[in-house]
Order: sequence, then structure tokens, then C-alpha cells
Amino acid sequence: MKHFDVIVVGGGHAGAEAAHAAARMGAATALVTQRRDTIGAMSCNPAIGGLGKGHLVREIDAMDGVMGRAADRAGIQFRLLNRRKGPAVQGPRLQADRKLYSAAMQEMTAQQPGLEVIEAEVADFLMKSGRVCGVVLRDGAEILAGAVVLTSGTFLRGVIHIGDQKQEGGRVGDAPSNALAERMRVLGLPLGRLKTGTPPRLDGRSIDWSVLEQQPGDAEPVMMSFLNKAPFVRQVACGITHTNMRTHDIIRANLARSAMYGGHIDGVGPRYCPSIEDKVVRFAEKESHQIFLEPEGLDDHTIYPNGVSTSLPLEVQEAYIRSIRGLENCKILQAGYAIEYDFVDPRALNPTLELKDLPGLFLAGQINGTTGYEEAAAQGLVAGLNAALGARGREAARFSRAESYIGVMIDDLVTRGVSEPYRMFTSRAEFRLSLRADNADQRLTGLGIKLGCVGAARAQVFEAKTEALQKGRIALQSTSFSPSEALSHGIRVNQDGQRRSAYVLLSMNDVAFEDLAAAEPKLATIEPEIAEQLAREAVYANYIGRQSAEIEAIQRDEAWEIPISFAYESLSGLSSELKGKLARARPASLAQAARIDGITPAALGLILARLRQQKRSRSA
Amino acid sequence: MDTIFAQASARGKAGVAVIRISGAQAWAAARALAGDLPAARTAGLRVLRAEGEPLDTALVLCFEVGASFTGEEIAELHLHGSAATVGAVLRVLGEMSGLRLAEPGEFTRRALENGRLDLAQVEALGDLIDSETEAQRRQALRVLSGAIGKLVDGWRADLRRAAALVAASIDFADEDVPQEVVAEAAVLIGRVSGSIARELTGSGAAERIRDGFEVAIVGRPNAGKSTLLNALAGREAAITSAQAGTTRDVIEVRMDLGGLPVTLLDTAGLRAAGDEVEAIGISRALERARAADLRVFLLDGGEVPLIAPEPGDLIVQGKADLGAGFGLAVSGLTGQGVDALIGSISTVLSERAGSAGVMTRERHRVAMRRAIEALELAIVELGFWPERAEIAADGIDRGIRALESLVGRIDVEHLLDDIFASFCIGK
Repeated sequence: MKHFDVIVVGGGHAGAEAAHAAARMGAATALVTQRRDTIGAMSCNPAIGGLGKGHLVREIDAMDGVMGRAADRAGIQFRLLNRRKGPAVQGPRLQADRKLYSAAMQEMTAQQPGLEVIEAEVADFLMKSGRVCGVVLRDGAEILAGAVVLTSGTFLRGVIHIGDQKQEGGRVGDAPSNALAERMRVLGLPLGRLKTGTPPRLDGRSIDWSVLEQQPGDAEPVMMSFLNKAPFVRQVACGITHTNMRTHDIIRANLARSAMYGGHIDGVGPRYCPSIEDKVVRFAEKESHQIFLEPEGLDDHTIYPNGVSTSLPLEVQEAYIRSIRGLENCKILQAGYAIEYDFVDPRALNPTLELKDLPGLFLAGQINGTTGYEEAAAQGLVAGLNAALGARGREAARFSRAESYIGVMIDDLVTRGVSEPYRMFTSRAEFRLSLRADNADQRLTGLGIKLGCVGAARAQVFEAKTEALQKGRIALQSTSFSPSEALSHGIRVNQDGQRRSAYVLLSMNDVAFEDLAAAEPKLATIEPEIAEQLAREAVYANYIGRQSAEIEAIQRDEAWEIPISFAYESLSGLSSELKGKLARARPASLAQAARIDGITPAALGLILARLRQQKRSRSA
Repeated sequence: MDTIFAQASARGKAGVAVIRISGAQAWAAARALAGDLPAARTAGLRVLRAEGEPLDTALVLCFEVGASFTGEEIAELHLHGSAATVGAVLRVLGEMSGLRLAEPGEFTRRALENGRLDLAQVEALGDLIDSETEAQRRQALRVLSGAIGKLVDGWRADLRRAAALVAASIDFADEDVPQEVVAEAAVLIGRVSGSIARELTGSGAAERIRDGFEVAIVGRPNAGKSTLLNALAGREAAITSAQAGTTRDVIEVRMDLGGLPVTLLDTAGLRAAGDEVEAIGISRALERARAADLRVFLLDGGEVPLIAPEPGDLIVQGKADLGAGFGLAVSGLTGQGVDALIGSISTVLSERAGSAGVMTRERHRVAMRRAIEALELAIVELGFWPERAEIAADGIDRGIRALESLVGRIDVEHLLDDIFASFCIGK
């Protein structure tokens, strides 16, 4: 019988990232997927990154993950969103060539030492004294492992709806995993049902591009990975068109035939990915909705019309698509559809993404109620790292809300659960000014090196950059100008007699690094890229200083881990209501306990006092 | 870590109030008030001054790091406990940089972190902390039940919408969010900031945010409530007559009861209403009585109170001059038992509410001042839109968090609800 440290089930974005993370940690890893050629498949839109999402990709990359590197290799249009706003809310996004992306992912997977791909369907788990210790394949073969990561996406009892037609499936063309879903149910995991949708795919050769507005990429493309400097392939533009009143009339007349409006779907959909049916009904006064026509690849004529996901019957999809400017003769290559699937209430998970009641089994991606490639991959990273650490008996890797979007997402999921598919937004991060896409490496690569998931090449780049930043920072902070000195070099500041450091001046909107370098030769040795990065951090230095007490308090509470067996009922002085709440939630740390509704300062004090007592008696 | 302070003593008739300051700047803060400090763990009498003006003559007591309740540097100021003095000292401390009012349970938390308390001690303190929290909540509820309640609802709605508009423009930058929303957000924030400023300068709040406690006298018509009120107040505050239902509305008498500022409420008699006017009076009476800090039930013999007494409420036998009754018996007419009742009321209030009254008021004042500062900054930053959008958002967020004890929590889910309800967003 085969034996691995870590088995990852599923080869989507969560699965690939999990398998790579475990393998980078030195764990003997198997990635079990129904079809090897679907590793890195983009089932939804051909784009990666965005606001909050681009932050996640940068964080994955900072831990030496694969998503950012694969995305850059496939990037055919790069845009930095919110370019005119401050760096904290700028999010890198790119259109990816679907084939290039999965090819890059498959190539990296083949090259990753310690990672073996097994083509098979997993039908069951192997259990030993309450712990998951492997998987059983459909043909009955068994594979043993120290830990299993399940990333089944929308495959658990997946049902695809097109109008009133429905069929079982995890994705168009792929069978669902019903045996596994049944097993999950038997294990007593808290399951719920969600839905999501996609638009029809169009044949780009049948679109009249000449009448449509074009949206080109940025003139200076910003890469996803800290390791890359420039795009790998030819760059293209997206097209833009709009729905009109006629489109809306067609949709309205056929609402009853939509799977979602016809009452065929029970699952809850994401509000930020409304179907075109939803948009027309909920915002009836709007005369037009924007559609981005996104090419799926350089040598692929498929077009993804972003903005018109639907579950109407195919002939209605054809009718409304053809009512749109530029699409009058358009051919649909594949119908849009809605998909319903089972998910596990993520409150059943530890922050390591291991199930509280089923040690040895980690869950990542859409199975945890999230949506989006980036959210899935980030969870894959966390699960893969922790599965590898757990299999070796090492201490878990934890991600703090104060340090990363990954930490924000994990904490939101395991503490608050989900009421709709969870998507990242920058507004979810209370320390948004310090959690920037531009400094993800400074926040996380050091942790990655310590854990052992960062390769030598990246570690070297990181250390050199960190040193250059530190040198540059000191040089800027130790150089100061009076207002009149500044003015003599063409730098305009308030003539208030106050000396300002070059660091402070750099944080000002209208002060360019070149002017400072011209004024003080020792600053000229700072490389432009390093100076740019220092300018980004200088903008927020004051604000971040103000948050430091808050961050410290959170981190102190995060450091107080609460064992899963903690006996809340034995704490006298705690109301039975709070005892019940805490016993159900089983928070992993004092910080997580503090975020449970209704928990009082006194209750936290009691828990802390008990933790201290236990710590003392252990060390005694 | 911040240096924190709070009134550490419950107020009683002895009239001594202890303000505890804990943290790295505790001694420096005490020195700023007292001039010089006595040796550690030795009490010294000092005149506390702010900008040269004397505030109070107080006993000052200092504890070194490792030898104090929290394990941190501590200074205690034992003041003459009038609300005005305590309020003034709290205010001066709050204006020192690096100092802030302690959150409920924060002293205990620090003591725990520094290994100064064991589990049993924390269990003993737990009730105290929760009642402190509860007292603050009640106080806030009472403050909010009047006209200021509507004002605060307005603040919440405006802030929530402003934050949602800015969040939409940041997080959905590549969608159809009209740019005018930024101007709308600035208007909303300006409106809230102005309204808070008016409350702070006292044109509205001074009268409405009452100092001290409310005590409602509850009983059936003609049970002798008004007579008792007059006896307590020592003057004819409420119209009294023998005809049932004389008191048509809630009558308030502000008085000093055993050193505590108290507003006595004489409520309409609780019984089935005879006419519409009386019905309104009765419903008001019920509402006010429930929101009060303490209820004194005035009963005729063995009847059952009309609203359920809460723990600590006083039940007394009225019209004691007409014959002997049970337990605490009073007569407004002869003055029998009035002193004993005053004693009971002030004991209960001192024990239950502790320092909550003054503290809550001071806390709200600090909260409002911080909120204005953050919101005004946000308005300035919105002027640079789209540059510095996230800094404007940070200002709005800090303003909301400062006001959390008044307007309640506004988190990202509320903002997302508003965004998806207002804009057609999503692809």
C-alpha cells in the first residue's frame, strides 16, 4: 500500500496550492484528481486578482506559492485597480489565457519535487482511532497518509441548472462526487447548500468588434508575483458593451423559465455575482448594464461576457445575447448555467483548516463556503502548510488578522461562518492600511522562510530587498530639510519653520523621489524601485503607528491558544448562556473568543485565568 | 500599552472617590496634577491642580511596578467624592496624551496578564465587571431613550451610509458606482460631525444627559406616591390630592440623596386607564419606570406589583400612618420611615451603579470628541478624492468605532448590505 505524508484531494486552485505548499515543506505529497489535465482549470472567468483578491494572490506568492507565478505566465492583460487611489487599496488584476494558465500550473506541478499526481476518484476516507489517515479510491485501492486535504469545490452533490433542465455535475463536463458527499453526511459534518452561476461563452469570431469600445491593459503592467518584472506573452484588450431595454424585456418575459426564478434552486447565491435576471429584477429602473468581453486566450476565440451570468434556457440566452450591441450575430459556444453544491459550515474548522471533530482531515476552497480562485488558493496554502506540519508533528502555522488578508479570511470563516459565498473585499481588513499588496513579501516571506516553505531563490531576493529597504529607510529618515532648504531644491512644503525628514517629505503627494535625490546625493544611491516602495510605506507611517496598540492587543490575545477540550462548563462565574456559546464555538484562541457575539470582558478574564492556571501547572 | 484610568470606588455616603491610574505614565500623570508625589505605598495629602486652578485636596498613593493591583505602575487619587470633582479630574486625565479611560474589566485583565490574580479572584471580580458593563449599558439606554435617542439613530444611519458609499467606491472600483457618492458621503459626515459638536458644547446634551441616577416611584393610584415624593424632596413638587389619577404625567424632581445626584420620578398611578389622556400617562409611566436605575414600589398591603420588580428594587409599605405594615414602611404625611428609605435608596444606588454615572458621561464625552476629530479629518481627506480614499475611509471607520458605545456596532456586513441594496454591483 502506498503511503504519503499528505494527500490532497482535488486539483483546482485550492488543491494545487495545497499540494505545492505541502511538497515545498518537504512532505511526501500526493495530489489525487479525476483528471490530470484539469489541474489549474479556470471554471469561471479567465481573470485572477482584483481588490482584496490581488492582495491574497500577493500573499500566496510571498509564501512562495504557485498562483501568482502561473498567473503572470498566462497574463494577457494586466491592470492595477484603483491606480489613482492610495497603494493600500490598489489591487493587481489580470486576464489570463486559460490554456497557458493550466499549462503553467501543470508544468510547475510536474517539476515540484516530492509531489506525485494520481488520477483517480476518491470515494471514502480511511479512519484510525477517530483520525483520518488516508483515502479509499473508487476502485477500492487504499492510500495512507498523515493528513488529508479535501478541496472538492462544487463537486459535492453538484447539480447544474440551465433553465428547467438539470443534471448532476461538478462543472460542465465533469461528474460530481456523490459518494464522498454521502460520506461527509454520515460523518455528521454540518452541511449547507450554496449556488453560483456563469454566463454563456461566446464565439469571438461572431462578434462585431468594430462597433465596440476597447479596454486596453495598463501601459506599465504590474505583475502578480514578486519574482516577475514583465509580462511573458502578447497583450490584448477586452471589449466593452452594454445590455439595453430590449435585452431586459426578453429576460423579464422569460423569468419563470430561469432556474433561479422558477424555483428550481434552494442554494444561496453571492450578492456580488448577481445573475442578469437578478440585475433586471432588482434594479428595474436601470436601462443598461455593462458587460466586459474577456478573451479566454491568445489562440482561443472563446469570449467570456463578464456581467451576464444566467440560468435561463439556452434559446433565451441566445435571444438576449443577440439583442446586445456588437453581439447581434453572436454564436454561443457553451450555455451559461447555475450550479448548486454542498458546503461545510466553516465554523467546524480550526484556524489551521483542520476539522475540529475529525483530526487529520483539512478542508480548503469552495467546500468551506467561499467563492473565487484566490480565496480558494489562499485556503489551500494554509491547509497544505498545516497538513504537512501536522503530519510531522510540528506546531501549526497561524495567520493573524493583523498581518494578512489570509488571516482575515480564515478568522472570518471559522468564527463567523458564511451566509452567502464568501468573497474577499479590502473593507474586511480592519488593518487595511498596513495589509497592502505591495508589502505582502515584507509581511509574510519571513514567516515562510521560518516555516520552510520558501525556496532558496525567493529567500535570496527577499533578503536583498529587505536590506535595501532598511538602508534606504535609514538614509531617508536621517536626512532632513528645513522648509527653505526644501524650497531651494524645488520642493514645496508649508513654510512653518519645521524641519522634515526626507522620509516624511517622500510621503507627500507632490514630492518626487528624484527631487530628494537631487537635493541630497547620498539618497541617490537608493534604487528607484526601493524608493517607490519606501514612498508607499511612508504615506501610512503615521496611521499605522496609531494602530499599533490595537494590533498588539489582538496579537496578545491570539497568542493565548485555547485547547479544544477546554471545559467551559467548569468555569464558575460564567453564565450558562455564555458557556453554551463558547462550548459550541470552541474558539482556538482568546482573540477568536473575543469576536463571538455576546462574550463579555469578564468571560474573557475567566478563560484567561484558567489558561494561566493550566500553563502554570504544566510548567510546574 | 496605554496608561488607563477610571474611578475604582463605588460612591457611598462616605464621600470618598478613588481614581486609579495604571500604566507606564501613571506616576507622571499624578505628578502633573499633584506637583510632587509621596514615596511609594505612603499616602500623602496633595492639592490637585489643572492649569494652576485647584480641583480638590486629595490623598495620593503610589505603587511601584510589580507591587500593585495590576502589576503596573499605579497612582491612586482619593478625592472628595462629589460628582463634579470626580468628573473634573477624569476630564483632565483624559486630556493627557497617552491616557485613556479604562474599558470594563481592563484593570482586571492587566492584573491577570501580569500574574497578579488567580482564577478564584477573577471569578469573584467577574460579577463586578459584568455589573459595571451592565450599569453602563443601562445608563446609555436611559440617555438614549429621550430625544437624544433619535439624534443618535440619525448619526448611525448617516455614518453607515457614508461608510458604505466610500467602501463601494473603493472595493467596486471597476463597477458602475457613480462618483457623486463621494460628495454625498462628505455631506453626511459633515452633518454628523456638526450635530455631535452641538451636543458636546452643551446646547442640547447638557439638559438631556442627566447626571446621576433615576429613581421611579411606582404604585397604584392614590397609593401616596406624590406625597412620598414631596416628603423626600422636602417641597411640594407634585400636585397631591386624594382623587385617584391626579398625577397625569411623569414628574421629575432632581435632588441630592445621600450625596448622590438623583432624579426622582413620580409616575402616574398604574391601573387600568379611565380615559385616553390617563392611558398615555400610564404608558409613559411604565416606560420611564422600566428605564430607571431603581424602582421603589409603594404598595398597599399584600397586593402584587404591576410591573415586575428587578433585582435590587425596593418594595415599601405606604401610608404607614394608617397602621402597621410589613418590612420597610413609610408615610409621606408624617415622615415616618423616610430617612430609612433614603438610606436604602442610596445604598442600593452606590452598590449597584458604582461609578457608572460620571464615568459613562465622561466616556461619551471622550467618544464624541474623538469621533469629531476623526470625522473632520475624513472630510478633509475626501477633498483629495480619489487620492487618499483609503485614508478618508480610515477616518470614517475610526469615527464610527469611537461612537460605538452610542450608535452600536457597524461592521463590514452592514456596509455590504447597504452597498448591494443601493448599487447594481457584480459581474
